[in-house]
Amino acid sequence: MEEIIIIGSGPAGLTAALYAARANLRPLVIEGVDAGGQLMLTTMVENWPGYRDGIMGPALMAELRAQAARFGARIVTGHVKRVNLAVDPYVVESGAQTYQARALVVSTGASARLIGLPSERTLMGHGVSTCATCDGYFFKKKPIVVVGGGDSAMEEALFLTKFASTVTVVHRRDKLRASKIMQDKAMANPKIAFELDSVVEEIKEVGKSEVTAIVLRNTKTGVTKELPVEGVFVAIGHTPNTELFKGQIDMDKNGYIVTSQGSRTSRPGVFACGDVQDPIYRQAVTAAGSGCMAAIDAERYLEGLPTPAAEASSAAEAG
Amino acid sequence: MASDKIQTFTDGNFEETVIKAGAPVLVDFWAEWCGPCRQLAPTVEALATDYDGRLAVGKLNVDDNPGVAARFSIRGIPTLLLFKGGQVVEQVVGLADGAQLKQMIDKHL
Repeated sequence: MEEIIIIGSGPAGLTAALYAARANLRPLVIEGVDAGGQLMLTTMVENWPGYRDGIMGPALMAELRAQAARFGARIVTGHVKRVNLAVDPYVVESGAQTYQARALVVSTGASARLIGLPSERTLMGHGVSTCATCDGYFFKKKPIVVVGGGDSAMEEALFLTKFASTVTVVHRRDKLRASKIMQDKAMANPKIAFELDSVVEEIKEVGKSEVTAIVLRNTKTGVTKELPVEGVFVAIGHTPNTELFKGQIDMDKNGYIVTSQGSRTSRPGVFACGDVQDPIYRQAVTAAGSGCMAAIDAERYLEGLPTPAAEASSAAEAG
Repeated sequence: MASDKIQTFTDGNFEETVIKAGAPVLVDFWAEWCGPCRQLAPTVEALATDYDGRLAVGKLNVDDNPGVAARFSIRGIPTLLLFKGGQVVEQVVGLADGAQLKQMIDKHL
C-alpha cells in the first residue's frame, strides 16, 4: 500500500514527487509511455527561470527526475491502464502491476491533437508528424506544411525552415492565434508561406505509404486545391489525457480535470496538476508550480487536514 | 545493465545482421537529438534482456546511417521495425509500452 501515487512524469508530476519525497511520503511515480512529458519533444527551453541561456527540454527533465529521486521518490516505468476511485484505498493498474494508494496526484498532461483524417493516422511516421524536433531531419530540402496558427505552430514552422525547402503554414482562420513576436518572426522568414482560411481535407497518398500532397479547402470560398508537399506537421493544440478518469472525476466540456481549493478534484484524496487541469497557461513553470500545490494538498489530506486554500477561504468567511 | 544485449546496426552491417539473420530482429531507429527516442530506450533495452536468445534487438542511428533509414522510408522516429526472414513484419511509429510490444513480438516467435 502506497501513501501517494503520482501518475505522470512531466514538470507537474516530478515537482509533486520532489515535494512529496521531501515530506517523507516516499511517493511512487508511474512515469507513463510519454515519460518526461511534452518537454521531451522540445529543444531549447528559454523560459524556465534560472537558466539564463536556456536548457534543452530533455536535459531539464533529466534534472527534475534526478532531483525527485535524490529525495526518495520511486519512479517506475509503466503506463496506467485503469484506475478505480470508487474504492478506498484507490486502485491503480499499470501493466501487470496493481497498486493501492491513499492519495493520488494526477499529472498525466496533454497530448498533441490530430486533425482527425483517416489518412493522417495511416501516414503517421510516413510524412505526417506531431513532433518537428523529432522528424524535421527527414525533410531536408523538401516542401512541407505546418497545420495550426498558434505559438507552437509558429515555433515548429521556424524550426523546420532549417531543414525544409519551403514551409507553408495552414490555418483555418484569417488571422493567426500566435503571439505578435512569434507571428513577426514567422512572417519575416522567407521560407515560410501562409494559407489562411484553409483546412486540410485530405492527405495523399495512402496507397503509396508516403505524403505527396494535401488537399486544402478554403473555408470562405469553399474552393479546394492541391498542394504538393512531402511532410505534414500537425500543431493544432493539445487534448488532456483524462480518458482514464472519465466518469470518476469531474471534468469540463473539453475533458480537463476541474480543480478547486488548490489542486483538489471532485474526489477526496485525488489531486490534479499540470496541463491535465490547465486549459489556459500550459507552461512548464506553471505545471511545476501546480505540482508543488498538489503535493502540499495531498500531504495535508493524508494528515486529515483540509487543503491550505480551503482553510484560507473558510477563515475569510468566518472573519 | 540490459544494454549489453543491444546490438548496433549500421548501413555497413545491416544486410548481414538483420536481413540475412535467421531469427527475428527488432530494429530501433533513433537519433541523439530525439527526445522520444530516449524515452523509448529503456523499454527497448528491457525487451533485449527479456527476449535474449530468441530475438535480436538493436539500435540504428539514423544520423550515421541514412542508407538504411531511406531504404525503409523512415520519416519519423522513434520507429521500431520487426524483421523476420529479411522482411518487415511489424512496424511501430512513436512511443509504445513494453506490454504492447511484447504482444506484437510474440506473434512472430
